Amino acid sequence: MDWRVFFRSIFAVTEKNMRIYYFKGPVMIFGLLFPLIMFLTFFIGRDLDIISFFPGFLGMMLFFTASSVGPLITPWEKREKTYERLISLPVILESVIIGDLLAGAVFGVLITAIVLFVCALFLNLAVVNAAVLLISMVLGSVAFAALGTLLASPATNNPSNIMMLSSLVRLPLIFISGIFIPLGELTGLYFILTSLSPLTYIVDLFHGALSGNAFYPAWFDIMVIVSVILVFILAAKIIQRRNLVKGV
Amino acid sequence: MDAVTADNLRKSFGSVKAVDDVSIRISEGEIYGFLGPNGAGKTTTIRMLTGVLIPDSGTVSIFGTDVHKDPLAAKMKMSVIPENGTVYSDLTAFQNVLLTAKFYGMEKKEREERAVDILKRLGLLERKDTLVRSFSKGMRQRVSIAAAIVHSPRLLILDEPTTGLDVQSRRLVIDTIRHMNSEGSTILLTTHNIEEANALCSNISVINKGKIVATESPEKLKKNFDTSGYVEVSFDRPVGEDIFSSPGLIRAESWGDKWRLFSDDPDFAVRYLLSVAEREKLKIVSIATSNPTLEEAFVRLTGEA
Ligand SMILES: Nc1ncnc2c1ncn2[C@@H]1O[C@H](COP(=O)(O)OP(=O)(O)OP(=O)(O)O)[C@@H](O)[C@H]1O
Ligand SMILES: [Mg+2]
Repeated sequence: MDWRVFFRSIFAVTEKNMRIYYFKGPVMIFGLLFPLIMFLTFFIGRDLDIISFFPGFLGMMLFFTASSVGPLITPWEKREKTYERLISLPVILESVIIGDLLAGAVFGVLITAIVLFVCALFLNLAVVNAAVLLISMVLGSVAFAALGTLLASPATNNPSNIMMLSSLVRLPLIFISGIFIPLGELTGLYFILTSLSPLTYIVDLFHGALSGNAFYPAWFDIMVIVSVILVFILAAKIIQRRNLVKGV
Repeated sequence: MDAVTADNLRKSFGSVKAVDDVSIRISEGEIYGFLGPNGAGKTTTIRMLTGVLIPDSGTVSIFGTDVHKDPLAAKMKMSVIPENGTVYSDLTAFQNVLLTAKFYGMEKKEREERAVDILKRLGLLERKDTLVRSFSKGMRQRVSIAAAIVHSPRLLILDEPTTGLDVQSRRLVIDTIRHMNSEGSTILLTTHNIEEANALCSNISVINKGKIVATESPEKLKKNFDTSGYVEVSFDRPVGEDIFSSPGLIRAESWGDKWRLFSDDPDFAVRYLLSVAEREKLKIVSIATSNPTLEEAFVRLTGEA
């Protein structure tokens, strides 16, 4: 395989997505407003300790921003009939999958960085480990964007079907994540359920980066997330290849 | 080297055999036509040739590179305008062309110059910075073609490039196809339009119900069907075949109470008939000529009235 052509195709897909789907007024505004609304919903008028819940908030925000647009791209392109043209360009499935994923990840990192910066101005946030913070932001965005791409894969040209699927998968993932309850306090079934959500490990990394109170060692969280990313990409590839056989 | 070599392609969708053992060879430099009625399997074949549909069996290679084993290298050599595919509505005409050029690895300066050049040739220069969203069907198709030829592909594949276009757009598209061909691109196009195939193509494959039923040059295709140039005549009394014999006639065939004289030159056939009638003291009751048509060949091949 010609790797130069492959990488070029990934970046061309990424650029196309950012230009067409992400860096648009409404999407950007929604991307920034959503975390703010979430922040107000969770913290205002409640007696929560902002600092200790902040990693959970950050994880949730990263989750929502990185995985919200991605599921819609492929069904949307199938409906608009640009998909057929895209895949007849010098690309392979991996180019489209990784390109979609990267665009979501860039968007997620960017929005989260802005929100983090603004919050740092008002809250008294300590950063114990900046490197882990950076790694967790990047890995988290990639993982959640990969989930978005996986959700985009089923054969449909109807974005609203995927919207439904996306909510059905993403909301429960939030509920079962240990984002507001420290992992150490969970037992039995709760602990197992919580361990099933990739969000749990990102939030754990954020805890480590911001307060040093992580449940798992950072290398373990990172390993889990990297495996999750690979599984998502592989699953997306299998589903999309099946679509190429069915011709949809 | 052949531009396209496809061997024994098959594809079924459920119980529908969309493409059933299709093999194609397209030499470099040709304009090759794919002709067939609705649902014949043209688009399905094209999609397998361009690597966007995985065949049940069979192989495709583009200038010697297997499309399904080395898709990136094979796709770099061609450009496709899919039947069910269009450009991005949320980008301008210019941006659409540049985006495609990027996929083919053209340098920034080169792709901008080429894009302007091509948009100009396709009459879109003044609208180049308008979002495609507001374009008419014909303008969109021109953007689509501009994007496909920006990198001067060695092989250009067009699935029904002129369907639904007005005369002007259609002519522009056809001129562009000819132009690309004269600059060295091999062309494969599908069409319903028999006259278009006749005017453009050096070779035509007629496909029906998933099978290729004939592959010929348009002229041969017409001749093979004896529909080519005959004069139909009837006299006031029966005559024998022996009275028709001349180097300009291909043959004579009795047809009910009439005779059909096949010739490449209807003018000659009519004059000859008159001289025969004169010589044999025959009275002509009726006379009619039939021009060779590809349409007739097509209808016979695909068994549709
Ligand atoms: N993805 C698909 N799933 C199921 N059936 C399909 C699919 N694609 C094509 N077919 C069927 O395969 C057959 C051939 O279709 P195809 O689109 O190749 O015909 P065509 O020659 O391009 O026709 P047209 O001139 O109308 O474009 C048709 O019966 C069609 O319904
Ligand atoms: Mg078709």
